Amino acid sequence: MRVMLTLIRRELASYFLSMTGYVIVAAAALLMGACLWDIIGKVLLKPMPVPLNEFFFGTWYPWLVLIPIVPLISMRLFALEKATGTYETLMTAPVRDGHVVLAKFAASLLFYAIMWLPLFGSLLTVHHFSSHPPPLDFAVLGSTYLGLLCVGGVLLSFGCLASALTQSQAIAAIVSLGFNLGLFLIAGRAGDWSAKFGSLGHLFDCLAVTDQMQDFARGIVDTRALVSSVTLSLVFLVVAFRAVESRRWK
Amino acid sequence: MIEVSNLTKRYAGRTAVKGISFTVERGEIVGFLGPNGAGKSTTMRILSGFMPATSGTARVAGFDVFNESLEVRRRIGFMPENNPLHPEMRVREYLKFRARLKGLGMRRSRERVDAVIDQCGLGDVSKRIIGQLSKGYKQRVGLADALVHEPELIILDEPTIGLDPNQIRSVRELIKGLASQHTVLISTHILPEVELTCSRVLIMFEGQIVAADTPDNLQRSLGEAGQIVAEISATPQELNDCFAQMPEVERYDVSAIDGSFVRCAMTPRNGFDLRSSIYHLALERGWVLRELTRSRATLEDVYVAVTKPPEEEG
Repeated sequence: MRVMLTLIRRELASYFLSMTGYVIVAAAALLMGACLWDIIGKVLLKPMPVPLNEFFFGTWYPWLVLIPIVPLISMRLFALEKATGTYETLMTAPVRDGHVVLAKFAASLLFYAIMWLPLFGSLLTVHHFSSHPPPLDFAVLGSTYLGLLCVGGVLLSFGCLASALTQSQAIAAIVSLGFNLGLFLIAGRAGDWSAKFGSLGHLFDCLAVTDQMQDFARGIVDTRALVSSVTLSLVFLVVAFRAVESRRWK
Repeated sequence: MIEVSNLTKRYAGRTAVKGISFTVERGEIVGFLGPNGAGKSTTMRILSGFMPATSGTARVAGFDVFNESLEVRRRIGFMPENNPLHPEMRVREYLKFRARLKGLGMRRSRERVDAVIDQCGLGDVSKRIIGQLSKGYKQRVGLADALVHEPELIILDEPTIGLDPNQIRSVRELIKGLASQHTVLISTHILPEVELTCSRVLIMFEGQIVAADTPDNLQRSLGEAGQIVAEISATPQELNDCFAQMPEVERYDVSAIDGSFVRCAMTPRNGFDLRSSIYHLALERGWVLRELTRSRATLEDVYVAVTKPPEEEG
């Protein structure tokens, strides 16, 4: 456990020891700000029927942040270490492969959680300056954050796997970007396919991440969404672990 | 400390290590020599637990490097080729991270980081960013990392590559200082380093160990060892006549140099030491003898002899 905490601390610090972390947070904040700006512009023309938080996550705006930014977070996890050679010093230290995978994933998820904080700052600011602000429900904000962590967990675990398979950060980012786009497109059709394929079609419900995120933003914490996100994340992490372990296969 | 038996490593379409066997005793500094691509780094990577062998066994401190990899990795300090470091970290911060990663507690890691900073002469740069250090200091940081958890075995893959002579000397002194407490396996291309530092040498060529002995024994084993060079004030004809009658001289070469002196290079038969005979000969004939030396084969000669590609032989 001590080794894992050391690794998590080092991985998280690595985002902020270089410019990478600051650039990612700034880019994400810029995208979120632009989206909110657009939404507020629309709201000024026509009254909004739902709370701002729910409205924001009902659009494709959050995906505009998630799809390109998550690969930037995950691409470096293994690929950078492989390219610079520090992977060899890491793996010849007395650490378990599983601990390395979990620590890298946990650090990237923590960074991702930090990255979303400006959004909540923006929501609070909008709320503060509204002439007749509706009561701000912190429980709903909490469930929204939980939803973001669930979706982020799935995307980052796949990004972790992509990074474990290559020593090129560019390839890791492109593969991860492809997955994110694919998941977003499938999520939009998942409801139709679910109905079409009967009981087997319920499997597609697991992939309906856009609907799940909308529920979380409404304050609905659906255990099915939680279980499916955790399961998908675990599947990708297990495959990433096998990819890391493969160097020891004879 | 290290027991390697019939170790083989195959990559797709190529066998990097071909059934090698060797042992390294506790407290030895062993030089691992060989041309690029001979299989040294692969062997070191297998010993450090980074990758498995295709067949054969390797044990470090009694633990199997594949089945008990974690135990092995606790007991070794490995500095890979090109000494990869995290350039964005500060020296002390990096060493502390590595100490914690290697399982040292908070207090112990602080003590050990202080100790290796002192041991490796990093006191002046301990707060500096690694990426801004000179190559020599970076090598020292790599060495400090290998030493920080007081491993029983230290494996260094080309620790002096790219260093200037002064930096090489300081790293050499550092490595020599490790002999009392650690076993060291070191790979390098700088052969005088090995002669000065190592108690034993393993030479690899095309995936096999082609020589394994002390540097002295290897030098003695080479035929040219013991060649006698003398500068004598005599005519070439006189010297040719004398050497032709000496049964202990196998081959000789006589060439006039400056003034009345002639340079003679003699290869003795069966390693016989000719120096006394030459001295007495000069004394008997009243010749002036101004140089009398026995040249010894260097480790470089041995290295070149055993790693010569087949087409260059003969």
